[in-house]
Amino acid sequence: MSATLRVRVWRGGAEGAFREYEVPRRESQTVLDVVTHVQRHLDPTLAYRYACRVGMCGSCAMTVNGQPRWTCRTHVDKVAKDDRLEVAPLKNLPVIRDLVTDMREFFDKWARAKGQFRGEKKRSDDFARISPASERRKLVDAAIECIGCAVCYSACDVAAWNPDYLGPAALNRAWTLVNDERDAQQAARLRAVAGDAGCHSCHTHMSCTDRCPKALSPTAGIAGLKRAVAAAALKGGL
Amino acid sequence: MSVRGETRLWIAQRASAAVLALCVLVHLATMIYAVRGGLTGAEILARTRGSGAWLAFYSVFVLAVTVHAPIGLRAVLGEWLGWRGRSRDAALLLFAMLLAWMGMRAVFGVFA
Amino acid sequence: MSKWVALVHRVSGIALALFLPAHFWVLGQGLAMDAFLKWTEQPLVKFAEWGLVVLLAAHLGGGLRVLALEFLPWHDWQKSLAAAAAALTLGWGLAFALAL
Repeated sequence: MSATLRVRVWRGGAEGAFREYEVPRRESQTVLDVVTHVQRHLDPTLAYRYACRVGMCGSCAMTVNGQPRWTCRTHVDKVAKDDRLEVAPLKNLPVIRDLVTDMREFFDKWARAKGQFRGEKKRSDDFARISPASERRKLVDAAIECIGCAVCYSACDVAAWNPDYLGPAALNRAWTLVNDERDAQQAARLRAVAGDAGCHSCHTHMSCTDRCPKALSPTAGIAGLKRAVAAAALKGGL
Repeated sequence: MSVRGETRLWIAQRASAAVLALCVLVHLATMIYAVRGGLTGAEILARTRGSGAWLAFYSVFVLAVTVHAPIGLRAVLGEWLGWRGRSRDAALLLFAMLLAWMGMRAVFGVFA
Repeated sequence: MSKWVALVHRVSGIALALFLPAHFWVLGQGLAMDAFLKWTEQPLVKFAEWGLVVLLAAHLGGGLRVLALEFLPWHDWQKSLAAAAAALTLGWGLAFALAL
């Protein structure tokens, strides 16, 4: 391990280039530490995002050596080969500048998949009683921890090939709601997640499941959506 | 195509896949048996000509292929060539018809 | 690993879809069967036949993997299906190669 790291960082928008910087190596250094060093000591014009820097918010997600990851949770020792690193913005999203992507399309697709809860109880109604041990709730719990970091969306080949594809995160969230007994827009949601833009375009590459920093499996949720949509179609309810 | 239509395509694709899984296993086993046995054309035809069972089996095989292959290509054409819309579906329907016609002609050629 | 199995599944599907019309056409020739079968004795054709069997096995292996992932309830071992699909392909390919 040498004393310095050679880091190539994407500068510019969709058109741009990698620029190389020399960054001192430190013990337990993360890729976020490296990017921060560049911005604070070498080039203040570098644009990048982060917030919690402790692996909770997902804001620091970037492409490191070709793979989407949380940079605050990526130790340089684990990814730097021959003291070299390459940092780029997340794939499949428009680049605003340098390492910052426009996340609007990611969240718009979330909404299009009907990824929001809508209940029908009133204030005066009693609480819904749902056992955490029930089969459906277990399915929800297995998928609910998504924080919307877009690593899965960035890893997804279909999202790259099909601009309309809703993507693993949006579909995963829809899956948690399909299994939520309290939700009142099930029929509309199944219609929203079906078809070429929805679950039927997932070809089980499983890049999302491989890369999810919270160890979720959107592939499993999307498979569940395929079954739910098919069942509805066969009953004439789609 | 509507989401209802696209859902039906998915169902048809998976159903035909299940049928083909069985057909392919039988077909591969048969081919290995035939090749190992070094069967000549005459010997093959002697076993297949007039066989109602084989005719039925390969007819089902061809029908399943006619459903499965075009739907599979549909995703490839859309995702890798950017070809979407009615023209893609029309072209695939023609391809399905071509496979059906040529397939049944072959089935009758060998088994009738 | 899953991504590569899926890509092999797709490419083998394309190859098979292109091959099938030719396969059907040849079989539909009927009377010319013996002349055709003589032609298939050539080593290059034998190699192509083996290639086709491998493509078919690869496509079947990948396809069974997709059916398992989509229709069986989710289990962690399903992540290993990619390896299983690859193994199945190699198995068939070998069996056919030995038979040739």
